Amino acid sequence: MITFLTYLINGLNIGSVYAVIALGYTMVYGVAKMLNFAHGDVIMVGAFLAYCVCAYLGLHPIIAVLGAVIGCTILGILIERLAYKPLRQATSLAVLITAIGMSYFLQNMAQLIWGSDTKSFPSIIQGDAIVLFKTVQDGVTKTLTLSPINILTMASCFIIMIALTLFINKTKMGKAMRCVSEDKGAAELMGINVNLTISVTFAIGSALAAVAGILLCASNYAPLSPTTGSLPGIKAFTAAVFGGIGSIPGAMLGGILLGLIENLGKAYVSSELADAFVFGILIVVLLVKPTGLLGKKIHEKV
Amino acid sequence: MASKKFKSNTIMVPVPSTSIVPERDAGKLPVLETSHLGIEFGGLKAVDDVNLAVGPTEICGLIGPNGAGKTTVFNLLTKVYQPTHGTILLNGKDTAGMTTEQANRMGIARTFQNIRLFNNMTVEENVTIGLHNQIRYNMFSGIFRLPGYWMGEKKQHQKALDLLSIFDMTHLANAKAGSLPYGAQRRLEIVRALATHPSLLLLDEPAAGMNPHETEELMENIIKIRDQFQIAVLLIEHDMNLVMGICEGICVLNYGRVIAKGTPDEIQSNPAVIEAYLGKQKEAK
Repeated sequence: MITFLTYLINGLNIGSVYAVIALGYTMVYGVAKMLNFAHGDVIMVGAFLAYCVCAYLGLHPIIAVLGAVIGCTILGILIERLAYKPLRQATSLAVLITAIGMSYFLQNMAQLIWGSDTKSFPSIIQGDAIVLFKTVQDGVTKTLTLSPINILTMASCFIIMIALTLFINKTKMGKAMRCVSEDKGAAELMGINVNLTISVTFAIGSALAAVAGILLCASNYAPLSPTTGSLPGIKAFTAAVFGGIGSIPGAMLGGILLGLIENLGKAYVSSELADAFVFGILIVVLLVKPTGLLGKKIHEKV
Repeated sequence: MASKKFKSNTIMVPVPSTSIVPERDAGKLPVLETSHLGIEFGGLKAVDDVNLAVGPTEICGLIGPNGAGKTTVFNLLTKVYQPTHGTILLNGKDTAGMTTEQANRMGIARTFQNIRLFNNMTVEENVTIGLHNQIRYNMFSGIFRLPGYWMGEKKQHQKALDLLSIFDMTHLANAKAGSLPYGAQRRLEIVRALATHPSLLLLDEPAAGMNPHETEELMENIIKIRDQFQIAVLLIEHDMNLVMGICEGICVLNYGRVIAKGTPDEIQSNPAVIEAYLGKQKEAK
């Protein structure tokens, strides 16, 4: 039972990180109607920025997080302005290829700057693990613990989700985003600045990516290297599709479910097959319900 | 005949750009003035040498057979396309190089031939979107619900209801826009356009798909909107009952060119217009 709960907590932990990354994918897809495959690499840049502030400058982790968030926000806006904005009228395939190119560009830039060896990420939060539960079974003590980084990860993901939901539903910019996601042309005719809206979307998505990158590396799910972001990025994309791409609650649900499935699969089926499990889900979802769990149906009037 | 009650004996007077506006708008700055407006798509002249002037309170019709370039003119005016020839003056200001959003802020609003509402939002939200650039409060007062937010929100809510009341739609304020019946969606699109506070309202086939009774109501409402807001209306329509009933000036397009301009009576008896609509009369056998 305790083993199961431990897997559950770990699953929730990684799941909430996936959810935060998936939010970035889904927001950008919803508003700009493009798959930003460079998103995974923004995660890596965020983690590296935090690493630099901590390890080279020796500043407090909170400043490192802030620095990474600001750095990634600027990076996100730059990527959109330089790489995607000139292709606003181009076919979606051209934008997709550009996004993949941007992904490789970021990876190689990171390799050039920081080298290809893995770095050990500094722990951003200290403290003892909280013991939730303790049993002695057949003379073996089993404990269910919640480490500070677990708490930090889940709490920050929870806060991000609430803040983002409020932002989308209650603010002017959030409303503008919903309009642009429904009909760009009509939104422009309502006096909405579409370019600004798309830039803000990228900025928020990239800021979330920075947070996700730090949480990912701090929880030791991935060592810090230029390719750190690729696999979590792809998995979060799977999560976004699983939940229904373009839907914000969908990305949250998809991310958490994916984390749980991955971890329980690792525990009870096979740790080698866990990744295959995750992508198997993508295939099943695309076959059974292509719009994802919470995705909107597209009605075609005849 | 019901349409008779709309008929006004407007006298049209020429304005400098070889166009005409109603007499009461004479001497006033036209809300819209185009000169030699045109666009080419790879050698194909979709719109060519269009000179239009719309008075500040004029209801003007833009008619012509299918494919004549009427919607393209609307797209040029709203900057969905950038014209390759000529100029567009909106309230006397040149709109060259502007984006759609800037043109909207300059006072031009439109509806679409195929309804393009924000279907997943409520009716009220659709209207308040248009009010966006008039009510200001910042992101923090939005998230933390500061007094500035509530005041702005209350004003917005009231204004949205006022606008919806033009078409007796206030009871639908909380319905999803996509769930409304067709006629109501068309009316909501007009309300949404009005919310951006335009000085020129472009209506792209507002009566399409409406029954005669609804069309009748729409005609009354267009006049009501013009009188209440003191704005100009430029409309594309195939329903001649509506066009001849409420338009003061009419401009006829064919193959992207203006073939006739004038009052409804002049247009109805213009041989070039009859030819464009009915084809050239064959010689009698």
